[in-house]
Amino acid sequence: MEVNGYQCLGEGDAETAEGKQQRPSKETARSGKAPDGAENAVAAALGGCAPRDRLASNSRTRQKIDSLKKNRPPFPWFGMDIGGTLVKLVYFEPKDITAEEEQEEVENLKSIRKYLTSNVAYGSTGIRDVHLELKDLTLCGRKGNLHFIRFPTQDMPAFIQMSRDKHFSSLQTTLCATGGGAYKFEPDFREMADLELLKLDELDCLIKGVLYIDAVKFNGHSECYYFENPSDPDQCQKKPYNLENPFPLLLVNIGSGVSILAVYSKDNYKRVTGTSLGGGTFLGLCCLLTGCLTFEEALEMATRGESTTVDKLVRDIYGGDYQRFGLPGWAVASSFGNMMCKTKRESVCKEDLARATLVTITNNIGSITRMCALNENIDRVVFVGNFLRINTLSVKLLAYAMDYWSKGQLKALFLEHEGYFGSVGALLELLNPA
Amino acid sequence: MAACSRIGGGGHSMDKSITLPPDEIFRNLENAKRFAIDIGGSLTKLAYYSTVQHKVAKVRSFDHTGKETEDEPLYEISVQEEITARLHFIKFENAYIETCLDFVKDHLVNTETKVIKATGGGAHKFKDLLEKKLKLKVDKEDEMSCLIKGCNFVLKNIPHEAFVYVKHAEPEFRFQTTHPDIFPYLLINIGSGVSIVKVESEDKFERIGGSSIGGGTFWGLGALLTKTKRFDELLQLASRGQHTSVDMLVKDIYGGAYGSLGLTGDLIASSFGKSATADKEFSKEDMAKSLLHMISNDIGQLACLYAKLHNLSRVYFGGFFIRGHPVTMHTITYSINFFTKGEVQALFLRHEGYLGAIGAFLKGAEEDSKFELQGRRLRSVVSVPGADPNQYSWGENYAGSSGLMSVSPDMFPMQRTRSGTLQFDMLEMDRLERQLVNLPLLLDSSSYIPDTMDLTEDAMAREYWLSCFEEALDGVVKRAVASQPDLQDARERAEKFRLKYRHKLQTLRHQPCAYGSLTVRSLLDTREHCLNEFNFPDPYSQIKQRENDLALRYFQKVVRSVEMLNWEDRQFALVKGLLAGNMFDWGAKAVSDVLETDPAFGFDEAKRQLQERPWLVDSYSKWIERLKGPPHKCALFFVDNSGIDIILGVFPLVRELLCRGTEVVLASNSGPALNDVTYNELQILTERIAAMDSVIHSGITKERLILVQSGSSSPCLDLSRLDKGLATLVRERHTDLVVIEGMGRAIHTNYYAVLRCESLKLAVIKNSWLAERLGGKIYSVVFKYEQPSK
Repeated sequence: MEVNGYQCLGEGDAETAEGKQQRPSKETARSGKAPDGAENAVAAALGGCAPRDRLASNSRTRQKIDSLKKNRPPFPWFGMDIGGTLVKLVYFEPKDITAEEEQEEVENLKSIRKYLTSNVAYGSTGIRDVHLELKDLTLCGRKGNLHFIRFPTQDMPAFIQMSRDKHFSSLQTTLCATGGGAYKFEPDFREMADLELLKLDELDCLIKGVLYIDAVKFNGHSECYYFENPSDPDQCQKKPYNLENPFPLLLVNIGSGVSILAVYSKDNYKRVTGTSLGGGTFLGLCCLLTGCLTFEEALEMATRGESTTVDKLVRDIYGGDYQRFGLPGWAVASSFGNMMCKTKRESVCKEDLARATLVTITNNIGSITRMCALNENIDRVVFVGNFLRINTLSVKLLAYAMDYWSKGQLKALFLEHEGYFGSVGALLELLNPA
Repeated sequence: MAACSRIGGGGHSMDKSITLPPDEIFRNLENAKRFAIDIGGSLTKLAYYSTVQHKVAKVRSFDHTGKETEDEPLYEISVQEEITARLHFIKFENAYIETCLDFVKDHLVNTETKVIKATGGGAHKFKDLLEKKLKLKVDKEDEMSCLIKGCNFVLKNIPHEAFVYVKHAEPEFRFQTTHPDIFPYLLINIGSGVSIVKVESEDKFERIGGSSIGGGTFWGLGALLTKTKRFDELLQLASRGQHTSVDMLVKDIYGGAYGSLGLTGDLIASSFGKSATADKEFSKEDMAKSLLHMISNDIGQLACLYAKLHNLSRVYFGGFFIRGHPVTMHTITYSINFFTKGEVQALFLRHEGYLGAIGAFLKGAEEDSKFELQGRRLRSVVSVPGADPNQYSWGENYAGSSGLMSVSPDMFPMQRTRSGTLQFDMLEMDRLERQLVNLPLLLDSSSYIPDTMDLTEDAMAREYWLSCFEEALDGVVKRAVASQPDLQDARERAEKFRLKYRHKLQTLRHQPCAYGSLTVRSLLDTREHCLNEFNFPDPYSQIKQRENDLALRYFQKVVRSVEMLNWEDRQFALVKGLLAGNMFDWGAKAVSDVLETDPAFGFDEAKRQLQERPWLVDSYSKWIERLKGPPHKCALFFVDNSGIDIILGVFPLVRELLCRGTEVVLASNSGPALNDVTYNELQILTERIAAMDSVIHSGITKERLILVQSGSSSPCLDLSRLDKGLATLVRERHTDLVVIEGMGRAIHTNYYAVLRCESLKLAVIKNSWLAERLGGKIYSVVFKYEQPSK
């Protein structure tokens, strides 16, 4: 998809830096080979405007590819998002390497490529989310696969050490990084691995990443989805959602903490608020309450548990619905409210505690989100962030809570690449410096 | 997404081994009626209505047959019994509920009450006990409506009910002046869950939202994490902990601040974000602190989102999570401040714990009054009028109320429980005979603060005044005893008064904020309430009588001497006379000492003692210039002392105003306070003066001189709580001048009051400390004439 190539060139310093380098006309740039309108969305996502002009000229295309070569950064292409709990890394693996190119490719680079693509786990904690891989993606005129890798932030020192051992600095690449860790670990990268980070704002990257991935689609499928009949467990069904006209949009990023953004256009957004009750709180409390150690473990317990033994429900107090205020009996009146009672504390099981923690955190995020949506007068909410990874419970609960408490006025949307958008945004920044 | 609820079952064992001191708690049970009870998770609040028999000093004019005898007093003073209505609210721990109910039953004499209104989470649990013990039918009322009703009631009737909490500040409590219009507001009730209620009017409110993360979450989750059972203990733990070891802060992620978003490094990015590890043990204190922050911040955030959505700026917090705990008031305040960037202040209520009981009580009262009304119509029998408390103004009785205590979690609850001393908290409210409203002439009633000095903010002034009142106590006791020579128990009662008032002063020394802002006015009012409590309704009645009598004899002489003067000299003489008259004030210790020792101290002596012009505050020239212009339409005159002050000081000036063509409204106290002239006394005095002075006589007959009562029984003056009749008259007569006389009304209060018409505030400073503070000496004169800015 050439639009990407266009984007790579059409913005930024490229033309000025290259001086005489002939810049393709807008028309050339807009002429893509993409079979459908996706390119427009991609271009829109990346900052260009792309009307449907399919008139292509081979010579111009040729020219453009030449110029791409000059302008695109050297491999390897990484985008990194260093959060409070997890580091999210996207890696673009070029699949269109010519023989000539392969010969030129330095050993270092090759070994990185081989290491990353031939493994699905790195060390004891690094994991490649193979199911999220984007295949046959064209980026800056190169075709390849986009890989999604994560590891705990506490293993950053090991990662930096590895960069040093692999002489990453010799590759003369810029490492684009976002998230708080880009700031926190910058000195370590510089001092230990002789690497300069290009630090990027996490919210800028997040929005860029979301718009981009939604536009290129998930290997031909929709990236965005919602739940039909969220209030009915039997009829509730996951459905693709076309995020064609995404604005305005409430974007809720649930990582260790939560940020809520109101997005009005691709580069006009504000952080409405945030809450410290996020994924980190769920895991932290679960560890203290149940002795579990990992997110997976905590979620697994929650799945088997029952929160109603832990929470005090409206019906526990009123015997049924609290009709005067339209509160259904099943609504939680007090999270962990039953735990005020000694005997109930003594008989509660870990699974129930994990479930209650999950429900508490999820409902609270839902409630704050709903208030923000009302205050900002926005009716579509996209939830992202790694708290939602393998967390169908929360995803469905959010979908349900949004629908129920707003009486169907609010729509909860989700994205398949949950927590990776910041790192994708960072990668795009590498290819297309603003 | 949660219902409001309080906690059922605090797990207290019943404790019956307590004997209750009947004089102090559950007072006036003999004639109590209409009960209400609010049973929460750990505290019970009982409410009832009683009638209090008060001794009231009445003055009555003798039948004068035109002939005056030398030794016959001016008027008759009699002490009569008067019945006033009082509301009692008592708060105690659930553990004592049985003891208390037994006590109530034993002391309840022939009440016609059949029903007790009940609310609160525990109402259900204790229903059988209530019915068995009290033989009253339990009638359950919705918790939330009771809460709102109670909240409206205290906001309307108790000045300084609401406060802002500022940790470590001096004082910690910043009381808000009550706005006459209390609606709309947001009430955030933090029980086990959180309810967010928007209150739009007396009977219109809506639960607009809530949260399940509330006090129950703190308690339940806290108990799991720390193995600590009690709520109070959890708060104690939290107040000692460090949340930064458990929470992931912005700086833990960024290494510093997140500058571009303006998020500081110390901000919590993820609550409990650091506890997902097996490598580390976390202390109970730290976890409790982290939990407290998490919950407070979350509630604060939701409160702000709701306040913003509904465009409300007054946000009150209550519920057992708050209930006077400085720790939670601080964290909630912090959160509100953070999320609204200081635009909204978290407000707390002094009587927050009583709201449910007050509301339940009012519900019962309303039903009774409807019933009575119907009954009256049907049977045309005159019943007890005015059963509905909402139709009256009420005032906090400082003598019978415990006041707000700062409950420090470091010391209080545990010790209290262990020591086993029964802690009762009480609120008593007296029905005021008059309905009170704002003076319509206040420029901005919402920003009006009656008191000139807030002694909670000024430690030096506080120290001085508390000592001053303590030193004056002997004299007041002596005066009280002397005022009732025929009553044998006077001395005993006076001693009880002394103990009570001294105890109040000591309390205020430690807890200056106990009754709202501490002011000279509140100290004076508290003394009056305590005197009344022990049946000394008017210790100065004889003194006033004697002095009035004496002054009347000189009235004509004074008038004649003034009339001889030319216009300009006359004006000055009148003002000087008024000021000299104001020297005769038994409320000022310096003066009362002189009056006690030198009965010959006279009007002329007083004039000599006065400061020469220029006075300490002196806008006399401006006043004279104004008098050269057209006469005022109507002057409202707030008078001060009886005797020389009113008769030789005020009346000659009133006479002059009447002659100028100005109508005069004389406003005097409804009830006695010190030697201030009361409305009843003033009626008699005016009658007598009218008999010898044609100007006053014609003023009265032509209704150009009108006497009104202020609605107050205080030596000071709160222009936001004045008799409704006075306010009406002020409007009708197009009052364009307000004269406020005396230290209590023009210096301790109203010195900075801004009116929308001309005002004259005059007083002699009869206290050397205050005079020095104002940059003068004792007997300095304040003559403050102001015109409204155009």
